[in-house]
Amino acid sequence: MPADVSPLFLQFVNLLGAVLLLLAFAMLSQRRILSLVHLFTMQGAVLVLATIVVGYVTAQPHLFVSALLTFALKVVLIPLLLHRVVARLDVRWDVEPLLNIPTTMLVGIALVIFAFYLGAPIAQLSSSVARGTLGIALASVLLSFLMTITRTKAVAQVIGFLALENGLFFAATSATYGMPMVVELGIALDVLVGSLILGVFMFQIREQFDSLDIHHLEKLKEE
Amino acid sequence: MDGYALLSQGLEIVLALLLAPLLGGWVTQCRAWLLNRRGPGLLQPYRTLHKLFVKESVVAEQASRIFRAAPYVVFGCMLLASAIVPTLSAELPLSRAADAIALVGLFALARVFISLAAMDIGTAFGTLGARREMLVGFLAEPALLMVLFSASLISGSTSLSATVGTLARSEFAIHPAMAFAGIAFTMVSLAENARVPVDNPTTHLELTMIHEALILEYSGRHLALIEWAASLKLFAYSCIGLALFFPWGVALGGSPVELLWALPALLVKLAIGGAALALLETLSAKMRVFRVPEFLATAFLLAVIGMLVHILLRG
Repeated sequence: MPADVSPLFLQFVNLLGAVLLLLAFAMLSQRRILSLVHLFTMQGAVLVLATIVVGYVTAQPHLFVSALLTFALKVVLIPLLLHRVVARLDVRWDVEPLLNIPTTMLVGIALVIFAFYLGAPIAQLSSSVARGTLGIALASVLLSFLMTITRTKAVAQVIGFLALENGLFFAATSATYGMPMVVELGIALDVLVGSLILGVFMFQIREQFDSLDIHHLEKLKEE
Repeated sequence: MDGYALLSQGLEIVLALLLAPLLGGWVTQCRAWLLNRRGPGLLQPYRTLHKLFVKESVVAEQASRIFRAAPYVVFGCMLLASAIVPTLSAELPLSRAADAIALVGLFALARVFISLAAMDIGTAFGTLGARREMLVGFLAEPALLMVLFSASLISGSTSLSATVGTLARSEFAIHPAMAFAGIAFTMVSLAENARVPVDNPTTHLELTMIHEALILEYSGRHLALIEWAASLKLFAYSCIGLALFFPWGVALGGSPVELLWALPALLVKLAIGGAALALLETLSAKMRVFRVPEFLATAFLLAVIGMLVHILLRG
């Protein structure tokens, strides 16, 4: 692990982490599904950039492979799938969140404070160059989680789930220089298969209830 | 107090007075170009100001002294505000008079006076405009304060010229906190300067207007002063943004030559900033008045997160 990493690179990784958090907040405040997909794509691109920078700084070639994998999956393939789903389901209308947006944002900021507080002692244990970003990664995981909880429409929930994985991936990259390749490949496949299954699931919900509102799932059939 | 400081201060005030209408004209011109129109030309704000100064000022019979005094107070506030923001040089004698917090207070003072004046006449539009202005203001002020605090945390001082001096002098460093602060600042300045997502400066549609409803009763030289003050406000905000986020080119040393070099740098930065503002305005749609609190709450939260990120990453 090189100790003489240029501070500019470190600051750049920090900046990318901040942008990741910013995008998580933008997703939280976004009402339109199409914009959500765009934000998710941007988040993926930032993640790729962060992985490449960390890989370059620490001279770990396997991070480049994982960056390539992330690019193919989260910047190209999954957004493409999501776009197709949105077009096929014709769900470009505004999403109605369960909590109104300002309340969600306030809860979000509380989560960020919690995550920073939680991340600080853990970051002390890590020897990675970008350990300061652990709190940020944790915060974006929690924010995506919040987004998944507060949305009623299935598509937004799927995007929340995928964004959650982005945050986890960033945490792994920044704190431990990425997971072992086998784990990474497994997660990548999991996400892909997961989004495919959820896509099919959305079509099924739609076919059954003529709506993507998952509240319909709470009703029993006999009622 | 030496001659150089006086020179830079005087130059800055004169420059603000002269350039502020030009900046407004440049933004209007850019907007027109983006909309495939010809636009009124860069000098139109000067022509408007001249026309208004020549015209007679009509004041309603019921108007009290507040109504007459408000344009001068507002103009004075904005002039002082643009005098203490470091644009050409970080060495300004007046900047000791007010730090970042007092600067926000200056903007608030101007807002209170213009709102009082709008309510003074008692017309429905004036009152409506005043209420909306206060709604925007009370949400925008804390966000602006938080943005300025983020910069103050980095430099360790609330004095604007000290902050800009520190930011410009330190070797190139990326502050992630400033990314948040920058976006929050952009949102706040759009709201404060009555630009498109919050208010449209070219509309007189009663349902949507905020700034125009406030000054509906003014005419002649009063209106000219208020228009000039509005352009000074835009100028001051642009200069705060440039000083905090792009502090390069500001004269730090004590030589007039440096001051001379700072001028083209400022002009280029303002031209780019104005074009960016026009682009932003063209790309976004005017939002409903009831969405404005949401917009400004987002700005506030972003600024707070910027501060938190700074504290987290500093350790």
